Amino acid sequence: MTFDLDFFLFQILPYISLAVLFLGSIVRFDRDPYSWRSKSSQLLRKRQLMWGSVLFHVGILVILVGHAVGLLTPIQVFDALGVSHSFKQVLAMTAGGIAGVFCLAGLLLLLHRRLFDPRIRANSSFADIAVLVLLLAQLCLGLMTITVSMHHLDGHEMVKFMEWAQHVVTFRAGAAEFVRDVDVIFKLHLTLGMFIFIVFPFTRLVHIWSAPVFYLFRHQYQIVRRRES
Amino acid sequence: MKVRAQIGKVLNLDKCIGCHTCSVTCKNVWTSREGLEYAWFNNVETKPGVGYPKEWENQKKWNGGWERRQSGKIQPKIGGRWRVLAKIFANPDMPEIDDYYEPFTFDYDHLQKAPEMKTPPVARPRSLVSGERMEKIVWGPNWEEILGTEFEHRKKDYNFQNVEKEIYGQFENTFMMYLPRLCEHCLNPTCVAACPSGSIYKREEDGIVLIDQDKCRGWRMCISGCPYKKIYYNWKSGKAEKCTFCYPRIENGEPTVCSETCVGRIRYLGVMLYDADRIEEAASVESVEDLYQAQLDIFLDPNDPAVIAQARKDGIPENWLEAARRSPVYKMAMEWKVAFPLHPEYRTLPMVWYIPPLSPLKAAAEAGRIPMEDNGIMPDIESLRIPVKYLANLLTGGKEEPVILGLKRMIAMRHYMRAKFVEGRDNAPVLTDVGLTRDLVEDMYKVMAIANYEDRFVIPSGHREETLDAFGESGGCGFSFGNGCSSHSNSKTDLFESMRASRGRSGSKKDNRVNTLFTKPEYGADHGHMHQHHSSGNCGSGGCGSGCGSKSGGGCG
Repeated sequence: MTFDLDFFLFQILPYISLAVLFLGSIVRFDRDPYSWRSKSSQLLRKRQLMWGSVLFHVGILVILVGHAVGLLTPIQVFDALGVSHSFKQVLAMTAGGIAGVFCLAGLLLLLHRRLFDPRIRANSSFADIAVLVLLLAQLCLGLMTITVSMHHLDGHEMVKFMEWAQHVVTFRAGAAEFVRDVDVIFKLHLTLGMFIFIVFPFTRLVHIWSAPVFYLFRHQYQIVRRRES
Repeated sequence: MKVRAQIGKVLNLDKCIGCHTCSVTCKNVWTSREGLEYAWFNNVETKPGVGYPKEWENQKKWNGGWERRQSGKIQPKIGGRWRVLAKIFANPDMPEIDDYYEPFTFDYDHLQKAPEMKTPPVARPRSLVSGERMEKIVWGPNWEEILGTEFEHRKKDYNFQNVEKEIYGQFENTFMMYLPRLCEHCLNPTCVAACPSGSIYKREEDGIVLIDQDKCRGWRMCISGCPYKKIYYNWKSGKAEKCTFCYPRIENGEPTVCSETCVGRIRYLGVMLYDADRIEEAASVESVEDLYQAQLDIFLDPNDPAVIAQARKDGIPENWLEAARRSPVYKMAMEWKVAFPLHPEYRTLPMVWYIPPLSPLKAAAEAGRIPMEDNGIMPDIESLRIPVKYLANLLTGGKEEPVILGLKRMIAMRHYMRAKFVEGRDNAPVLTDVGLTRDLVEDMYKVMAIANYEDRFVIPSGHREETLDAFGESGGCGFSFGNGCSSHSNSKTDLFESMRASRGRSGSKKDNRVNTLFTKPEYGADHGHMHQHHSSGNCGSGGCGSGCGSKSGGGCG
């Protein structure tokens, strides 16, 4: 175990970023619930948002679920299910690639709208623009990893990331060792991802926590708040 | 039977002069802030016209309100739960700000700083959204005022359904009326149903529909859900806001600001009792023409001993029952049947009702006589300048009979009282035809024509003392934006214990903070009230302190 930059980025930084992500979100939700919203700008301009927002969100949701399932499911589960590493690798590249293109198209529309529509630009905070740029950079890095992955379709590189992520979330030492020798594009992708975790609580990204899936299970349409005596 | 009470409202359009005092006082109190310049919780439209926002009544375009499915069940017209969520990334059923109007100011500065010129300087308009110059203002909150804009545009008014509308474009046949509009505080609100976060709720005590500003996530479905387009998206704060029915005043037994300031004295507030168990049944009747009657059927008679007994069981306070017995709204809607709901076909069971306006007899001047009904007493309702069908499309889902009876009763009242005061005779026959008695018409005259303050507003004060230890509120922070008071938190356990004392100076162990997400049994109801205290944008209405302005861009001054 060497205490170098890789050790910091892939052994220490994950915990810093996750701590900021969770604690920051909790503090914001607790202290400033009024600021907790999706910050939609649809009212000001529908144009470009209809396609942009739908493509972006559908793409990024597929990508997020893919990352969560792909990285955090123990490799033994895939083995038990008979999913080969190489099949998983190709599946990840294909599904991720398609969703990535969706997401990229949407993101470019949204970023263009945010920068060049006078109404939207005038009402954008630094963070609003920064979030889009960060996500764009991260998405491009993610798409670039596909070309790297072309060279090891057997899936052994992917297993490294699974091991890394699973070591991190289970608080095991030596996580950084798994990714020490991967391609620099992967390293950049991981690092930027953790940086996005860090800025998450301070941006509109917090609306992700509030995805209203519970609405689907609400028994009745009407809500009455009643006085208890 | 489950008895619930609500403060209902009636607007007597027969007396509305379109002065906009209601709109202006409302705006000054509630929406004179950045992000809500374009929003008018109360606005007055000239009809016929497409209104504000444009074509709000065209639910083929906006999909507001409910629709009855073949199964007989109703669901929001924007779709069931899955479809609502599918629209969350970009909502196709939501108006853009241009459908209301782009808010603007003028470069007043230029009037003072312009260099010496041959022509006087002009203050040109500037967008409040983008800050850019607006070359031309193309729409406003009341662009159609007194039949402004050409008929070709105004005839898109949805109330012209089944009306031969072309003739009303001719100068000789034109007609107009004013329609002041605010949130209907419906019994079956679609905004509540469509809100994915569950942030909108109806208060059980008085029926006021409010948005919990801390729970609103800006998903924007309420704006589509509401067929009256009376929920507004604050583009600065990213939250939805709406008419609060001036609940702090209502709780004090005072009328809403729009009602208080109405110079025509057209607004009435009173308690309505209704059967909450039958809301869904009433909203689901098959024919839209029957919805008006269905809503009447779930209103309860406040003099019925069975209703009173059940109301007491359901916890309705005595002063509310007393107010219900004197309610002008009940009289107009139930006893005299002169007030009607606005667009009952939306199936929301609205609670702001309207008395249709009488209008001049159109052919009278040409014919040299007034067209009369067969009995020779009443003028022919069909000869009124405003087509009855138009009013019926507005107020009863297209059913004309109730509107005709209402108009006839108003005419009968005029005839009777004129005969009494001017001619000094008792014109009772005019009453029997429309099913009125002398006592009823005298009461109608007192409430509708004289309209004294105490007859217009019969508002029982709320019983806040039952839910809140008011002593702890003294020295408290009052109204503010966001967490301007800096003491509130969403959770039961406060992250920063030290800040707990800052709300009020209650020495009691009981936590007087009311902004808790997780309802505590002993303070279950009041946190609903207080949410909007904190954040509904009443920056100017109370001690605003340091919290104002910084959070949501509103100004205190």
